[in-house]
Amino acid sequence: MPQVTLTVNGKSHTVEVEGRTLLVELLREKLRLTGTHVGCDTSQCGACVVHVNGDSVKSCTMLAVQADGAEVTTIEGLAAPDGTLHPMQEAFREYHALQCGFCTPGMVMSAIDLVKKNPQGLSEKEIREGLEGNLCRCTGYHNIVKAIAAAQEVMHGRRSELASAAE
Amino acid sequence: MYDFAYHKPTSIADAVKILSADPDARPISGGQTLLPALKHRLNKPSALVDLSAIAELRGIKRDGNKITIGAMTRHADVASNPEVKAAIPALARMAESIGDPQVRNRGTMGGSVSNNDPAADYPAAVLALNATLVTDKRRIAADDFFQGMFTTALEPGELLVAIEIPVPEKTGYAKMRNPASRYVMTGVFVARTGGNVRVAVNGAGPCVFRQTEMEKALTANWSPDAVANIKQSPEGLNGDIHGSAEYRAHLVTVMAKRAVADAG
Amino acid sequence: MNVVTPFEGIGASVKRKEDLRFLSGRGQYTDDIARPGQAYAYILRSPHAHARIRGIDAAAAKAMPGVVAIFTGADMTGVGSLPCGWQIHNKDGSPMAEPPHPVIAVDKVRHVGDPVAVVVAESKAQAKDAAEAINVDYEVLPAVATMEAALAPGAPQIHEGAPGNLCYDWHIGDKAVNDAAFANAYKVVKFETTNNRLVPNAMEPRAAIGDFDPATGEYTLYTTSQNPHVIRLLMGAFVLQIPEAKLRVVAPDVGGGFGSKIFHYAEEAIVTWAAGKLHRPVKWTAERTESFMSDAHGRDHVTTAELALDKDGKFLGLRVHTLANMGAYLSTFAPSVPTYLYATLLAGVYTTPTIYAEVKAVFTNTVPVDAYRGAGRPEATYLLERLVDVAAAEMGMDRVEIRRRNFIPADAFPYQTPVALQYDSGNYHATLDQALEVADWKGFEARRAEARARGKLRGIGISTYLEACGIAPSAVVGSLGARAGLYEVGTIRVHPTGSVTVLTGAHSHGQGHETTFAQLVADRLGVPVAQVDVVHGDTAKVPFGMGTYGSRSLAVGGSAMFKAMDKIIAKGKKIAAHLMEASVEDIEFDRGNFRVAGTDRSKSLAEIALAAYVPHNYPIEELEPGLEETAFYDPKNFTYPGGCHIAEVEIDPETGKVEMVNFTAVDDVGRVINPMIVEGQVHGGIAQGIGQALLEQAVYDENGQLLSASMMDYTMPRADDLPSVGVATHATLCTHNPLGVKGCGEVGAIGSPPAVINAVVDALRDYGVRHIEMPATPAKIWSIINAGRPKMAAE
Repeated sequence: MPQVTLTVNGKSHTVEVEGRTLLVELLREKLRLTGTHVGCDTSQCGACVVHVNGDSVKSCTMLAVQADGAEVTTIEGLAAPDGTLHPMQEAFREYHALQCGFCTPGMVMSAIDLVKKNPQGLSEKEIREGLEGNLCRCTGYHNIVKAIAAAQEVMHGRRSELASAAE
Repeated sequence: MYDFAYHKPTSIADAVKILSADPDARPISGGQTLLPALKHRLNKPSALVDLSAIAELRGIKRDGNKITIGAMTRHADVASNPEVKAAIPALARMAESIGDPQVRNRGTMGGSVSNNDPAADYPAAVLALNATLVTDKRRIAADDFFQGMFTTALEPGELLVAIEIPVPEKTGYAKMRNPASRYVMTGVFVARTGGNVRVAVNGAGPCVFRQTEMEKALTANWSPDAVANIKQSPEGLNGDIHGSAEYRAHLVTVMAKRAVADAG
Repeated sequence: MNVVTPFEGIGASVKRKEDLRFLSGRGQYTDDIARPGQAYAYILRSPHAHARIRGIDAAAAKAMPGVVAIFTGADMTGVGSLPCGWQIHNKDGSPMAEPPHPVIAVDKVRHVGDPVAVVVAESKAQAKDAAEAINVDYEVLPAVATMEAALAPGAPQIHEGAPGNLCYDWHIGDKAVNDAAFANAYKVVKFETTNNRLVPNAMEPRAAIGDFDPATGEYTLYTTSQNPHVIRLLMGAFVLQIPEAKLRVVAPDVGGGFGSKIFHYAEEAIVTWAAGKLHRPVKWTAERTESFMSDAHGRDHVTTAELALDKDGKFLGLRVHTLANMGAYLSTFAPSVPTYLYATLLAGVYTTPTIYAEVKAVFTNTVPVDAYRGAGRPEATYLLERLVDVAAAEMGMDRVEIRRRNFIPADAFPYQTPVALQYDSGNYHATLDQALEVADWKGFEARRAEARARGKLRGIGISTYLEACGIAPSAVVGSLGARAGLYEVGTIRVHPTGSVTVLTGAHSHGQGHETTFAQLVADRLGVPVAQVDVVHGDTAKVPFGMGTYGSRSLAVGGSAMFKAMDKIIAKGKKIAAHLMEASVEDIEFDRGNFRVAGTDRSKSLAEIALAAYVPHNYPIEELEPGLEETAFYDPKNFTYPGGCHIAEVEIDPETGKVEMVNFTAVDDVGRVINPMIVEGQVHGGIAQGIGQALLEQAVYDENGQLLSASMMDYTMPRADDLPSVGVATHATLCTHNPLGVKGCGEVGAIGSPPAVINAVVDALRDYGVRHIEMPATPAKIWSIINAGRPKMAAE
C-alpha cells in the first residue's frame, strides 16, 4: 500500500493508504479530523474544502497520494493555539453565518482563500461569485456574504477589530 | 472508486513509458473531472500516472508572438498570468470562469483539453485561437485535435505536453452556464489572429465546433451586429432537461454577439 | 436585583452558543462518530423503477475481501413494515390504502433506489465492491412515473392493496354551499398548476450507526434525525419489536433537515437489526446520489382551482382539485401533507366564505414524497397567491387592492375559516403596508423603465400569506388521523449552584435552540445564557419528545419549558418562604430573585437551589428535595404566522435568465426571542423558496428513472443565484401559548415562491403571459419569449 507523508495543521503524519483513498478520507478516517465534511459525490458542495499548500481545494476530489509532501490546513487548524478564532471564524459567529454548521468548515476555508487572494477587497457580487464552489442549504448565504465582507477588513488590516453585526 | 496502482514519474519519458506499457493506465493531472468519474465507478483504470511531479509540463512563457502554456498549468495560473492577461485577455477571463475556485486550484489546461468534455471551456479557446497541441510525439493543429465527444487525436500513451497559441489581436468569450452543474451550456469564443477570424462554440454540441458563417461575417465586419442575425441550426446540438437544442442554437447567436462585445 | 447584563433575555440577538464547536470543526455529526469495531454497510438499490425480483445470488459477493455479511429482504424475518404515522379516510369514510413498505424489498422493487440487499464489510469500499458482485435477477415491469399515468385505466399496479394506484380520495368543505356560491358568481377564474417536485438536500447526507451490547441486550441507534423519540417509537414498536427501555436513539449534531429527516427510514432499521445479528456496530452513510433516490422528496401536486368573485373582486368561493404524489410507498407523515397541512390552509389571509377541496393521493414508481420545509402550506400558498394574481389580471384590478379587499380584518380575530382552522391573531394590512414601504412598491415603475432602457425586463410580485404551525392539539390531530400526540416535553434542572440544564424534546439541526432556549431561561430565571446548557437529541437523556418540524420548537417546546419553569418558580417560592419565614403568598419572583413582597429580604435562585439540594434547613415534610421539573405541553391550537413577501426580478430577454434583484419579507412570527436567529431562519426559507421558484426540480423520465439524480442536474441555489434579502418582522402575539410565539422556520419557504413567480409573470406581461410553471428556468422563459411577440412591439 502506498505511504503518504504530509503535514496537517503543522503536524507531520505518515499514513498507509490505498491508491484510491481520497484526501478527505485520510483526514476524517485515518487522522480523525472530522471537521472536514463530505456533502456530495460530484465535487460541488464544498463541505470538504481544505487548504493544500495555501490553496483551497476540494479534499473529496484529490487523492491522498496526491497530497504526499503537502502542507494541509483544515478547519481544526485555523484557531490560534490559545483558542483565539481566526477573523473569518469570528466573523461567521458575529454575523450568524452558520446554522446547522455542516457546510461551515468548507465555507470558512474557501472564504479565507478567497479573501487572501483578493487583497484589493471584494464587493458583495464578487464574494457571491467567489463562493461558487460551496453550497449552504440553511442561510441563504445572506449572512455568509456579510461575514466575509466584514472579515476581509480585518484580514487585510483595514480594521483592527471586526465590525459588529449591529453596526 | 476501484483501486488502482499509482505512479508519480518525474519526467515525460517515464510517464510515457508507463502509459505505453499498460493500455489500462491513465494519466491524471488535476483530476477535477477524472476523480468524480472514478468515484462513480464510471471507469476502471489499472493505474493512474500522476503528472504533477513533471516540472517541464508546467508554466507559461511568451516567445515573440507565441504563448506556450504547459499542459499541467492550473486554471488559476492561466487566469492570473500577466502574459496571458496582456496577450489573450479572454483566455485569462475564461480560466477565471471555469468551475469554481477550488477546481481552478487543481484543474489543468492540458487535462481539460485532453478530456475534451463538450461542456468544458478551454476547447473553444484552443480551437478559436488556432492553437497547436504539442505532444511528446508530434504537433497537432487544433482543427485536427478535437474529434468528438471526449475524443481527441491523442493516441493511447500519447501525452499532451503544451499548448502553443499565436498571440491574437482580439479575443472574446461569453457563455451561458448550465444552472445546475455550472458547466458550459453554450459558449462562444471569438478570436482574430493575423486578420483571421475564428469562432468556436462549446457546450452546444457533442464536440466543440467552428461557426464558419459567423467567421465570415466577422471577417467582413468585426462587430456584434455582424453576427446578431446569423442563426445556428439546432440540428445535431445537445438537448437535455436544462435546455433544448433549439435553445442552445439560439444561445450560439446571443453568446457570439456578447463574445464580440467582450473582445471590444 | 440580579438583572442579567448584557441583556440576554427575550428580544436580544445573543450570539449562538453552538457556533464555537461548528466553527472549529468539533461538531459531532453522525458520520463523525466511530464506534469501536464498527463495520460498514452499503445498500444495493434497485436500478429499475418497477421490477419483480426473481432471485438474488450473493454467493460470489460473500466471498469477496472484507465482507462480514450480506442480507436480503428474505433474511429479515420478523422485521415489520415501515409504519405510516397518519391515516387519512376517503370521502366514503373508508381508510386509505396503506400497503406494506418492506425495509428491504422482498418480491418487488417499486422505485429506483428501493433497497434490495445490504452488504456489511470491514470498509466502505469493500462493501461497495462486494455489492457490485451481487447478481439480482429482475423481471422489469412497466412503470408509472407520473400521477396521470398511474391513474390511467389499465395502468400497471404498484401495490396489490391499492387498486388503481389510489391511496385515498379525500375532501374537505361543504360542496353544496360551494356550488351555490359559484352559481351566483360574477366571474369564475380557473387556474391549473403543478407544484414542482423538490429534493430536500440538507447538506449533511443521512447516516446511521446501529450498535448492540450483548451484555445488556441494549440497542443504540445514532441517526441523522429531527426526532429521535419518534424514531425510537416507530422503529422499536413497529419494525424491530425492541422495547423502549432497550433502545436508545441518539440524533447528535444534525446538518440540516428541512423535513427530510423527520421520517423513519429503512437504513435506520437495517443498521440496528444488523448490529444485533452481527454483535458489532454497523455504520451507513449516504452518498449524495443515494440521498437523491432515498430521501423523501417534497411537493409534487397537480391542481386545478377555481375562484368565484363578485363584481367588486370579493372572493365568493374557492374550489380545488389536487392530485398529490405519494411516490412508491407511504413515507411516515406523507398522507397528512396534501390534506390537513394543505387544504385547511386554502383560506389563506382572505375571507373566502366557502371552500371545497378534493385531494387524490396517488402511488407512482418514484421516491416517496413527504414533508419538506412548509409541507402542504407552500403548495396552498402558491396556489392561492398565483390564483389571486390571475384573478386580479382578469378582473382588471390592482394586485394589491384585490388582496386588501379580501383580507381578514385585524379586528376579526379569532377568525373561523370554512376549512376547519380558527386563526387566533394577525394583521395582514400592517405587514402588507410595511412591505410595500420597504420594497418601494410605488417607485417600481420607474425602476421598470430604467431596466427597459438597459434591455432588461423587470417585474415585481407580491404574496400575502399565512401558515399554520405548531400543529396541535393532540386530541384534534388524533381525530384527523395522526397516530401520535403532538405535545412537547421540557425539563428544567436547576443545579445546586444555580446553573441550569434544559432537556428538551425538540431537536436542533440548525435552528439555534441551544441559544434561544437558554435565552428563555435567562429571561425568566435570571441565569446567564452561559450557565444554561440545552440538551436534546438523545432518548437516554431527554424524558420524551416529538422533535422539530412544522416550526413547532419554540411554540410547543419553548412553551413546555415555560410550564416547567412555572413549576420551578412555584417550588422555589415555597423554599424561599421557608428560608425567609414568610408565607408563600408573599413571595414574589423576578428574574432570579425570590423576594418577600414589600421588604428588602430576598434569596437568589442559586441560594434556593442549594437549599433544595442540601436540605438542612428545608420544609422536608411538605417538599421533596431537589429542583428539577418537567412539563408536557399540549397546545390549544395551531399558531398562525403570516406576512407579506415582495420579489423583484430582472429577466434577460435574450437568454431568459432571471436575476433576483430584490427581496423583501415582512413576517409576523409572533414574539421574537432572538432577532438574529429569526432573520437567519427567514433568509434560509426564502432561499429555498427562490430555489423552488427558479431553480429546483426533480425530473423523472417516463420509465421512472430520476434524471436529476445529482447536483450536476438538480440545481441547488448558490450564493450568486440569490439576492440580499430585506427582512423585517411585525408581531401580533399568539394568544394561546405563554410565550406569544408563532414560529419562523417555514415562513420564508411558504411566502416566497408565489412572490417570485408573480414577479416573473409581471416582467413578461408584454408577452401576454398568464402563468409560468416553477421552476422558471432560462430555457422555459426563453421559449415563452420566443413564442410570443411582445404587445409593445406591435404598437
